[in-house]
Amino acid sequence: MKRLSIRKLKEPLMKILFALAACVCILAVLFICIFLFASGVPAIRKIGIFKFLLGTQWRPENDIYGIFLMIVGSLYITAGALLIGVPIGLLCALFMARFCPKRIYKPLKSAIDLMAGIPSVVYGFFGVVVLVPFVRDTFGGTGLSILTASPLLGMMILPTIIGICESAIRAVPQSYYEGALALGASHERCVFRVLLPAAKSGIMAAVVLGVGRAIGETMAVMMVAGNQARLPHSILQGISTLTTNIVMEMGYSADLHREALIATAVVLFVFILIINICFSLLKRRSRL
Amino acid sequence: MKKQLLPSINRVTLRQRLISYKKSPMSLVMFLLVVIAAGVTALLVAFLIGYILIKGIPHLTPSLFSLKYTSENCSLTPALVNTVTMTLLSLVIAVPLGMGAAIYLAEYAGRGNRLVAAVRLTAETLAGIPSIVYGLFGLLFFVTRLGKDYTLLAGALTLSIMILPLIMRTTEEALRAVPDSYREGSFGLGAGRLRTVFRIVLPAAGPGVLSGIILATGRIVGETAALIFTAGTIPQFAGLMSSGRTLAVHMYSLSQEGLHTNESYATAVVLLILVTGINALSAFAAKKLTRG
Repeated sequence: MKRLSIRKLKEPLMKILFALAACVCILAVLFICIFLFASGVPAIRKIGIFKFLLGTQWRPENDIYGIFLMIVGSLYITAGALLIGVPIGLLCALFMARFCPKRIYKPLKSAIDLMAGIPSVVYGFFGVVVLVPFVRDTFGGTGLSILTASPLLGMMILPTIIGICESAIRAVPQSYYEGALALGASHERCVFRVLLPAAKSGIMAAVVLGVGRAIGETMAVMMVAGNQARLPHSILQGISTLTTNIVMEMGYSADLHREALIATAVVLFVFILIINICFSLLKRRSRL
Repeated sequence: MKKQLLPSINRVTLRQRLISYKKSPMSLVMFLLVVIAAGVTALLVAFLIGYILIKGIPHLTPSLFSLKYTSENCSLTPALVNTVTMTLLSLVIAVPLGMGAAIYLAEYAGRGNRLVAAVRLTAETLAGIPSIVYGLFGLLFFVTRLGKDYTLLAGALTLSIMILPLIMRTTEEALRAVPDSYREGSFGLGAGRLRTVFRIVLPAAGPGVLSGIILATGRIVGETAALIFTAGTIPQFAGLMSSGRTLAVHMYSLSQEGLHTNESYATAVVLLILVTGINALSAFAAKKLTRG
């Protein structure tokens, strides 16, 4: 009699357990929001939101905290990364989806998967030992610059862009391609004039996700970007981004300085939330 | 007869292709661009890995693997052991939660369930958060609020939140790939839902789940930014409640000091081989799923 009741209870009990496990995600996001905002927002209020976001000086020793230059730095480096990552990634995705002989596909695909798996410290180290000396010797300066960080970051977002672009191109119905071919267009024309526009929102989703990756990347950028909070006059100058500033100074910061750094993370978090919303809207439109 | 003719209809010979390119040179340019882009990508990967392997393998000396870390030998053994501990800890926390959540989403939740929509939305959000933000959250919550100092446990808790969406998504996909006839057969034989999930669906989805877990392991091994301010950077064998660096953090510290370039190369080789091996294992498991 007792065993029967246990068995009867087991089913609903496990269902509740599974539901609770599912709630952990919601809890985690809530906790992250609460803890970041609780420490960051008062700091922003104390500093003044406009002074904080638009201030061009970051002087912790004088209690002056303005992150405008870091926002600009993040945007510069991200734009540079997109300039390199998007064309190469998109063309490579086209190759993989529509031009690739079967024999090459598998090794190329696993090479790109491999690229996605390489840790960002290894990318950063590669940047330090290869790209930095190269830029220093060819263009002058210290080598720790936007010109070093952007290509490295472009390389790091390549697998993300290739993956999503490829599935977006593959999601276009085959009949589009066949129709264009039947009208007498060449294979390349079909791909670039018919498939590419049809996969537009999927490709936009890839770019948006690439932006998210590039803005959030920390270690590799920090190792090669020079970390100077100033308005760059040329791409050969060093720069500081939202993420690198946090890692550089968190270790020894205290009081308002520490809270200002957390507030920087709040700004980053808000950026990422906006990017995520854009991404999921685009994803829904492209039926990925 | 017909069967032999058919394939040759759609086949274009090189000459025909050249003629059509002559008519529309733009097509040729586009074709070349596409091939070049793919070539550049492949070359980048080959160069990165080749460069690090060639520079690093000669420096894989026994002193690099000695038991105790000193600032001269830069031994990576403590970091390697910490990485294993960290991985196991994070997986022990994240795998049951992620699998439970996936089982709920795939097997229990009905259509139009509000909870499901909320879980999916938050999981997507979690997947997009940069690791430095996880690191700061870990510092604020697991280190400052729940403890006092950098500990391996705080690092593992932080990482387990980070890999949760990955495990959840891969498990759910694997569960959904199991045909419904399996479930119907099991229900038909009188098994309950719970029994069906654990005895029928999960074993069938095994390789897919495993591939997700291995992928998560790769993420843990390669993570740096989330660990610096949660598990700390002390090069020692760490217990649960003490600070210790993992291999990726070790690699970062070495290259940041800038004094031990050779040792950095060698450490990069070890890290690269570890991560590559883990990813290959995951791909192997995933392939098993599609075949089975």
